[in-house]
Parts: sequence; structure tokens; C-alpha cells
Amino acid sequence: MVMLVLPLTVVLIFSFGERGASGGYVPAFTLEQYANLPARWTAFKNTMVLAPIGTISSLLIAYPLAYFLAVRADPKWKTVLLVLVIVPFWTSILIRSYAWIFLLGGRGVPAFIDWIGFGSVRLINTPFAVLVGIVYGYLPLMVFPIFVSLDRLDKRLLEASSDLGATPTRTFVQITLPLCVPGIATGCLLVFILLMGEFLIPALLGGGKVFFVGNALVDLFLQSRNWAFGSAVAATLVFIMLISVTIYMRLISRLGTRREDVSLM
Amino acid sequence: MADGEYTAHQESPVKTPIAELRGVSKRFGSVLAANNLNLEISEGEFLSFLGPSGCGKTTALRLLAGFESPTEGDVLLDGEVVNSLDAHLRPVNMVFQHYALFPHLTVAQNIGYGLKQRRPRVPKAIIAQKVEQALEIVRLEGFGERRIWEMSGGQQQRVALARATVNEPKLLLLDEPLAALDRKLRKEMQIELQNIQRRLGITFVLVTHDQEEALSMSDRICIMRDGQIEQVGSPQELYDRPANRYVASFVGTTNFFDGTITGVDGDRACILIENGQTVTGWNASGYSTNDPVSLCVRPEQIHLSHNNGSGEALAVLVLNRIFQGEQTEYLVRHDTFGEFLVLAPRQSELNEGPFNVDEWLFASWDASGALILSRNQSN
Ligand SMILES: Nc1ncnc2c1ncn2[C@@H]1O[C@H](COP(=O)(O)OP(=O)(O)OP(=O)(O)O)[C@@H](O)[C@H]1O
Ligand SMILES: [Mg+2]
Repeated sequence: MVMLVLPLTVVLIFSFGERGASGGYVPAFTLEQYANLPARWTAFKNTMVLAPIGTISSLLIAYPLAYFLAVRADPKWKTVLLVLVIVPFWTSILIRSYAWIFLLGGRGVPAFIDWIGFGSVRLINTPFAVLVGIVYGYLPLMVFPIFVSLDRLDKRLLEASSDLGATPTRTFVQITLPLCVPGIATGCLLVFILLMGEFLIPALLGGGKVFFVGNALVDLFLQSRNWAFGSAVAATLVFIMLISVTIYMRLISRLGTRREDVSLM
Repeated sequence: MADGEYTAHQESPVKTPIAELRGVSKRFGSVLAANNLNLEISEGEFLSFLGPSGCGKTTALRLLAGFESPTEGDVLLDGEVVNSLDAHLRPVNMVFQHYALFPHLTVAQNIGYGLKQRRPRVPKAIIAQKVEQALEIVRLEGFGERRIWEMSGGQQQRVALARATVNEPKLLLLDEPLAALDRKLRKEMQIELQNIQRRLGITFVLVTHDQEEALSMSDRICIMRDGQIEQVGSPQELYDRPANRYVASFVGTTNFFDGTITGVDGDRACILIENGQTVTGWNASGYSTNDPVSLCVRPEQIHLSHNNGSGEALAVLVLNRIFQGEQTEYLVRHDTFGEFLVLAPRQSELNEGPFNVDEWLFASWDASGALILSRNQSN
């Protein structure tokens, strides 16, 4: 607990301080740093738009994938396939992003689109490129909890549902989906929280044009050595995260207690 | 005129069975889980599948429910072949071995689930009303809003039963529904199940590996072994006329004496038992001389006495005595027949004086109570 709270406390204290003449931190008590926040508005805006969109996009791709792995795939191959999905996660995001830099860059997909006659498009250094990188990078993190919840789902419940006259679609909506809500919730929470702090993917695929709060922090702490302002930005980010996670948890538990409405769909 | 119409609407004397298996086999890889099953289930009856673990009881149920389709043969419901008809389209409901209740729904929602799937839709008020009735039948009034995990094992079992019966299926399949309950609750639920079956008039097919359960509840029992049906019949038929040694040993307790037929006289036959003695038995299946057979003598068919009345009784030593109230079970030993069980009614001891352990007595039985069966386990 101390390990968790101490760094946050330090950040909070720093955020009320001032920047030293040659960088670093000078103790003070001023709200000046917070007043300065609008200067980083774009970074906040990008993060707060792309993190939820990235989370939902990952979910939309991860769910069918996890469903296939857990339910449809031959049990003998299940684990192998799961490992294949997870392995990329172990290699550095840096290396993997370079592949996307090439693919989305001038000589990659855009060249192909041009070639088949759809005109020239620009993909690299756009929010779209960042989104692609995010979905690709965080997919395993989303797939895994959903896979586990689907894999643990008692197949007899699905048979029971069918036995009681539910079509496969209705069984999916009324039994499968509600019972893997915990997996979906965990996956989304994990991906969302990590995305809020993401800086590598925007830096590589956004090319300095799609800035996240994470990039602002790297900049403030490592380049301009403005610790006080950096701390204010960081504290604000943590605050936003706390609020959104709280709202999110509320929604999920509401879903849990009002499962009846869900099942009536 | 009115009379004529009446006869025209009368049911045909030969009723189509509500469900039928015709030469049904089911293969899982190299395992033949069902091997040429032939069975007719008639409307309103209570049929049990009885057999040891892995003999294919669940497979037979799953073939009827529609979770498996036969590798060979036909499954018929109401006279129609339904081999590949999906489970959700069959007028059949199942009570699963471990209940398979939906954990995210309340008790009432679980019970109403089947009605909610109906198209055209059943009005909510009617669903609520039927759920209420079903709760009443299984004596769980007022538990509707509970969560599944708040229910005890016995209560969950009843919810599972209500969830299946509320749909008024033509055929209710029950896969060892009582196996997880303790002895007392099991006895209560057995009676409860029979009551429900009679009240609703639904055809029940029950799977069990508990012979007592099968004997006490069923109209007919289907004895299974290694994916095959060994014998189908009423509990009495199976007990009195088992088709083979396997059935005899599965229904009630029995003493077996192996031997060879030396002579046949009407429905009686003489058997040279392996110990060198010759005894007479009931040759119901018509075996002939030199056939290797097994003599099956039920413990209650053996008569114990202090004196050798007929002069042909066996001298036996009492090894053990278990008093069971109206009857007493004795384990006795004969020099050459070996050990066997005798069940003596209380009255015979009252008449003859007590039979004590370590006492020498005379044991005898009527030829009509000694059934001759094939020595092979199956026919
Ligand atoms: N889906 C399956 N895949 C492979 N083998 C199976 C499958 N289902 C059943 N079997 C095999 O078929 C045989 C019969 O199984 P079944 O479940 O019908 O037995 P059971 O009589 O219900 O046994 P128990 O009393 O233990 O429930 C067993 O040998 C089992 O291993
Ligand atoms: Mg079974």
C-alpha cells in the first residue's frame, strides 16, 4: 500500500511546486501548474478519445477471436492457438510497431490502395495509425481474460438452454454473453488503464502528430525537465483515470444486478 | 351418428410409442458408447436406465434429448425420425446430472426460461403464473427471487425439476438427478418424483446406477452394459426372470452355483455342480444337456432348519447373522458349495428356535426357486 501511495503523494506535492531555474523542482505552494494545463489540451483530448475507442475496437476484435479459440477451436489446438495469440505480447512493442510503420507508411498499404486505383491516402502519422497500433498491441491483453471466461463457461449450461428451446443465437445472448461479462470487464479495464498511460505507440505511429498525455509527460520530465508541471499533468491524468474507472465499475455492477433486463433482450 | 363419431375418434388400439430407439449406435472415436439399442418408450410410463458407470446411460439420454445424433439407427419421437433434429426443437426436457442451473438468473427466471423461449411469445403474466405453480409443485413457494447459489443441493435439484416440468414436455429425461443428495433427502425426493410423475402424467426416463432407486420407482427398467441393453422389463420380471447372470447380479442379491446340465425333464433340469453334487433347477430358458450353466438361487428362496426334513438338505455352518427386523440375513458355509447368503423371515426363527452363529443347520430350496441361467455373463 505504501509502495502504491508514496509515488502518488510525491507527484501530488510536486504538482503544487515550481520549476527550478535549470529544471527540476523548487518547493512551493501554487496552483500555477494546474492553471497551465490547457497548454496540453490536445494531448488530453487525444488520450481521452483514443483510449476508449481503442478499448472498444480491441474488444470488438478480441471477442470473436477469444470465442473461436475457446468454443470453436479443436481442444487439441486450443492452447497452441492461444499461445500464438499471446506470444507477440512478449516481444517488444517497439519492434512490432516498426512493422506497422512500414506497412502503413508510403510504400506499404497506401501504395497498394493507390495501385488498385483508390487514389493516394495517408495512413502513417494519423490517429488511424495509432488506433491500429493500439488494437494490435493490446489485443492479447483483451483476448486472454475473455478466453478464460468463455473457456470456463460450463458447456452444460448451453445444452440446458438449447434443451429448454432457445435457438443458438438466443443461447448466446442470454447465457454466453452475460456469463462472460466479468472477462470482458477485466479485459476492458486492463486495456483502458494501460492505454491512458501509453506513449510508445503514439510516438512511433503518430509521428509527433498524435500526441498522448504519456508523450507530454516524457517530454516534460525528460526533455524540458519541468517536474512541477509534469507532476500536475500526471496528477490530472490519474484523477481522470480514477473518475472513469469508478464510473465504469458502477456501470458493470449495475449490469450485474439488473441482469434480468439484459436477459430480456 | 353421435356414436359413429365417437368410435371414429377413439385411439387406435396400437399406440405409437412416445419415443423409440431403433438399432441406435453411437461411436465416439474408438468407443462404442451405444451399441444397437432397441427400445420403445410408451406414453406415461416411468422407465429407468440402470447400469454401472460408463455403460452408456447418459449417451442414451443425450440421443433422445438431441445433444448427440446416432452414428447408426434411428431415434423416433412420436413416430417420427428425429435423428438430426436439434435439441431446441424437440418436445423433450432434461434434468441434468449436475442440474446445470443458470447462475446469473434467479430461481424464478431459471424456471421460466423455457416458457420465455416459446414463439409466439407467452405473456409475462402467464409465465409468472406457471412459474408460481411449478414452485408450488416442488414445494419451493416464496423462493422465486433467490439466487441459485443461495439454494441448498436438494433445493437446487427441485429447481432443476421445476425448470424442466414447467414446459410440460412429452418426455422428461432425468440424468441421475438424485445422485448428489444424501440418503434421507434422496428417499424423500424419490417419492416426490413419483408423485410429480403421476400428477403431471409426463413420461419419465430416469438414469441411475442405484438399483434400489430403479426398483422402487420404475414401471420398467432397462439394464445396460457396455453400451448394450441386456434386458428390459418390470422390476418383478427382472427380479424373477433375469435373462442372464449379469442382470441377476444387478437386480437384488443372488447366490450362483456353476455347473453343467446332465438331464432335462420338462421345465426341470439336473445340474452337476462343480463340487460333484447334482441338484435340480428351473430350466426356464430351455438349456439342454451338457450346456454350461449357472444356478441362481435368491437368498430368500433358501430355507434354513434345525433338522434335515427331506433328507436332501445341505449341512451348513452359520458364519454371520445380521438381524434386519422382519427378516434376518445369514452368511453360511457348506463344505463343497462354499459360502452363500440366506434371508430367513422372522417367522421361521420363531417357529424353529434361534439360528446362532457357529451352529450347524440344514439349508434347502425348491427347484422352482432355483433358476438356471447361462453361465456367460451375457447371452
Ligand atoms: N463426448 C464423448 N467423447 C468421447 N467419449 C465419450 C463421450 N461421451 C461418452 N463417451 C464414452 O462413452 C461411454 C459411455 O459414456 P456415458 O457417459 O454414456 O456413460 P454413463 O453410463 O452415463 O456413465 P456414468 O454412470 O458414469 O455417468 C464411456 O466410455 C465414455 O467414456
Ligand atoms: Mg452419466
